[in-house]
Amino acid sequence: MNQRSRLSLLVTQVLIVSLMVALLGRLFYLQIGAGSKYKNAALSIQSRDIVTPATRGLIVDSSGVPLALNRVGLAVTADRSVIDRQADKGVAVLKKTAKLLGLKYADVYLLTRLCGEQPTGVQAGCWTGTRYQPIPITKDADPNLALQIVERADQFPGIDAAPVAVRNYPGIDGANAAHLLGYVGPLTEGDLKGASGAKYYRSESIGKAGLEFQYDSFLRGKPGIKTVIVDRKESITREAQVILPIPGNHLVTSLDARLQASTERALADAIMRARANGQRADSGAAVVLDVKTGRVLSMASYPTYDPNIWEKGLTLQQAKDLFSEKTGVPALSRAIQGLFAPASTFKVVSLVAAANAGYNLNATYSCPASVKVGNIDFQNFESRPQGTISMKESIAVSCDTIWYRIAYDEWLRDGGLFPKKNLNDYFFSSARGFQVGEKTGVDLPAESSGRLPDRQWRINWYNQNKSYFCNYATRASKSQQSTFLLALAKENCADGDKIRGGDAVNFSIGQGDTVITPLKLAQMYSAIANGGTIWKPTVGKAVVTTAGKVLERIAPSVLGKLPATKSTLAFLQSALRQVVLTGTAAGAFAGFPVAVSGKTGTAEVFGLNTDGTKKANTSWFASFAPSESPRYAVVMMVSQGGFGADVSAVGVRKIYETIFGVTRNSLVGAQPLFPQGPPSILPKISPTLKVSK
Amino acid sequence: MSAMIALRKRSRRRRALKGFDPVLTIAVIGLLIIGTLLVYAATRSWYASQGLDPQYYLKRHVINIVIGIVLAFSATIIDYRLLRAYTPILWGAGVLGLIAVLIPGIGSTVNGARAWISLPGGFQIQPAELAKISIIIGLSMVLSEKIKDRDAPTHQDVLRALAIAAVPIVLILLQPDMGTVFIICSSVVTIVAVSGAPSRWVVGLLLLAVLGGFSAAKLGVLSEYQVKRLQTFVNPSADPQQSGYQLRQSRITVGSGGVIGKGLFKGPQTNGRFVPEQQTDFIFTVAGEEIGFVGSASILILFTIVLVRGFRIARRSQDLFGRLVCTGVIAWFAFQAFENIGMTMGLMPMTGVPLPFISYGGSSMFANLIGIGLLQNIHARQRG
Repeated sequence: MNQRSRLSLLVTQVLIVSLMVALLGRLFYLQIGAGSKYKNAALSIQSRDIVTPATRGLIVDSSGVPLALNRVGLAVTADRSVIDRQADKGVAVLKKTAKLLGLKYADVYLLTRLCGEQPTGVQAGCWTGTRYQPIPITKDADPNLALQIVERADQFPGIDAAPVAVRNYPGIDGANAAHLLGYVGPLTEGDLKGASGAKYYRSESIGKAGLEFQYDSFLRGKPGIKTVIVDRKESITREAQVILPIPGNHLVTSLDARLQASTERALADAIMRARANGQRADSGAAVVLDVKTGRVLSMASYPTYDPNIWEKGLTLQQAKDLFSEKTGVPALSRAIQGLFAPASTFKVVSLVAAANAGYNLNATYSCPASVKVGNIDFQNFESRPQGTISMKESIAVSCDTIWYRIAYDEWLRDGGLFPKKNLNDYFFSSARGFQVGEKTGVDLPAESSGRLPDRQWRINWYNQNKSYFCNYATRASKSQQSTFLLALAKENCADGDKIRGGDAVNFSIGQGDTVITPLKLAQMYSAIANGGTIWKPTVGKAVVTTAGKVLERIAPSVLGKLPATKSTLAFLQSALRQVVLTGTAAGAFAGFPVAVSGKTGTAEVFGLNTDGTKKANTSWFASFAPSESPRYAVVMMVSQGGFGADVSAVGVRKIYETIFGVTRNSLVGAQPLFPQGPPSILPKISPTLKVSK
Repeated sequence: MSAMIALRKRSRRRRALKGFDPVLTIAVIGLLIIGTLLVYAATRSWYASQGLDPQYYLKRHVINIVIGIVLAFSATIIDYRLLRAYTPILWGAGVLGLIAVLIPGIGSTVNGARAWISLPGGFQIQPAELAKISIIIGLSMVLSEKIKDRDAPTHQDVLRALAIAAVPIVLILLQPDMGTVFIICSSVVTIVAVSGAPSRWVVGLLLLAVLGGFSAAKLGVLSEYQVKRLQTFVNPSADPQQSGYQLRQSRITVGSGGVIGKGLFKGPQTNGRFVPEQQTDFIFTVAGEEIGFVGSASILILFTIVLVRGFRIARRSQDLFGRLVCTGVIAWFAFQAFENIGMTMGLMPMTGVPLPFISYGGSSMFANLIGIGLLQNIHARQRG
């Protein structure tokens, strides 16, 4: 054999064997080196998780009446994995289904699209789940129509009807509670990406607002997951594992359905009454707290909406209306998000300030028609001189000028426009003691904190707006260039970082830049009523498992103490009683058989309505009862409602009528809502969801 | 003619045959058994789910093997040295088959290549598979003929040999079946190298292959279908739905098998048919997934045994012709196995070549087993 040939044979042999070794190396890398990576990749190709959402826990009131439950609805669903395989991609069968159900085909088409298939911007109504689960076209089909679909399955290939759980807010006793309860909805992409740190499955519903949002992790439960292995054509070849769903836990609240309904009615009535008197009365809120625990017994906001619209499938118009100025932004929960000047209801803060500053509460003070501060006359709200009156009387008749004088004197004592080193700031520190400007900490999402316009706030505000005020003539729009506004801007530019005499005076009567939420005011009056303890308001009372075991008790917690002595508080309580006995609220409570203490408030509002008219006064009434041993604090606010006494005080009286069972100004045969006070034991939650009342 | 008479005399002198190489036989049988199981695993659940006979492919595969073994035995009967006489006939038949396949109405197109002749009864033959044997034998004959006068083939011999190979290669290019062309070219270069031809030829041919492949892709000689396959090899995300999808799925399927695999018949990727052509071109994915590294490496080791035994026969061959035929057959098996398994694992571009002895497919099985028959033929006629 030729040498070259022999050598070539050897080289070829080496080459070919090394090819085999290369394959072996690659095989080792794929199967052992990177095996786990490819195993996961294969799993994601083959397996599909079919999620069965867990039954959501109930939300019940303090006696077990369900406020949120799960109703059985009849869902008509489309199976995309079936209809996509039809020659026309399911167009015909979807059209037929739409016609049967009386829906528009365009809507049905959109409902059955996966959100990922839709270009951004036209995703409203799209299905956030996967292709592998039936997509609901409606959850509330007429049983007769649904039956037609089931019986004529051959004519509706890929369409099915089956019962599903629908979140339902039954409105028992007439309680709407939309803002408290919130709603549930599909997950967003953000939720799925784990923005909140929780792990979700696509087809789960989660709480979007209110208690549904706040207690979502308890209510939601754990979905059941069936993992199936599919082939390339997406048909299921076998089931890999089945995890059964774990139902969510129930939430027991401190609310009472009857009181909630009554509160909502009283608020709506107050608003209607104000409108009948020519007021705009665009919105309002009412809150009832247990002063001994801070528990929320009811909370209403007007305008409201049907909490069930979310589950019925919101139309575009409904979605717009919820957030529209025209309809009064029904989505806004005024009780915890509405910010309004507290006006005279804030005098409780001023009174504590005066007492702490050393003013004699039992002395008499002059209540002139106006007080000159600088070169401006600050007038009594009703411009009526009362002569010389006691401090108690001044609260009762809501004299402003007393407070102007005291506030102005204290401001001067603190150095006026040139503040001293060691400031007393009795008014600001009293307000801080009442925790004005802080959230109440209620267990509801998106609470507003309000504003305490003290010296630091003013400096911050000035730094943000300085350049605007100092260039007002060029920066403001034409319509805002009135002589008054120009002068105001000039003043703000010059010393907008300082508390001026006018600011101090305004602060003392709850006007100016001070704003609070109705819930905050209820918290403040609760503290006055209970002897000075500031409680954190709570709606949730306990989380209970479906088996009835208490998983978690939500205990009331103390946030602080009022900066007032016992005698100051005693004086304050008697002054507030005087308001109802002989003062501004006497008319509203005439003949009422239970002793109520409270304070009216009528707040001036600056600014214009959308139609250009000036905004009308905010009507307030803040109260507690029974005066001798307070248990309930009730606050009502009506925006643009007019006088506090006329609108809100009457509304609050109606709420007390329900609480104490007053009929025709009498307690004879009265059936109070809580004969032994709000329930302290947890109710039994019937697993069959039967309503006992 | 005188040479043939001399050969006949010699063969008569040495009537006693040495017998077959048992190691080679056992390795091939091992591959055939594994292949049969894998073909069954690749098709049973798919066919069952379609309501068809799950053993359809299994039965046909076994029939192919039986026919193949008969053909292999036939290839051992006649002394391989006598085959030289039939070389022109073999070559002519191969070329005729390749021409026939290009005629519309006779040849049918599968996966973009016009490579099949449909026969009555649902059978198909792939002339290119059988043409491999004609080319190897033809080339070996031309390059070993002049050996009496000179130590090695002359330039003229090499040119003649290349001309003989070029005709069928061009015909296969027209189908076009790039995988088969690659394998035949590799085999041709190996035969030329081992023939002792001037090394300039070997270097030149290798350069030509590289340049040819490169410019073919650049100048658009390759069909769109082939360019796509080549591109997805370089950049797997270029065509995620088609070729890229197949490469990705195939790699994942092999990788997911791990050390011992998911168990025969239990591979979810295989049973879900996520990899296309898994009983033919992508059969190695079934091995990867279901019998894991242990099983797949065994296939590689069995192949290595077949190849190493083939080289042993080539080294011990009495004459250059035998050695060249051996070398050609080994190169064919080696490059085809490398191309097929390499493609499955993302090492080689995607082409439609079956895995020898394993993949389903009659023509390929027949050709492979005839190739083994030739190796055994040469082994049997070695000197003790």
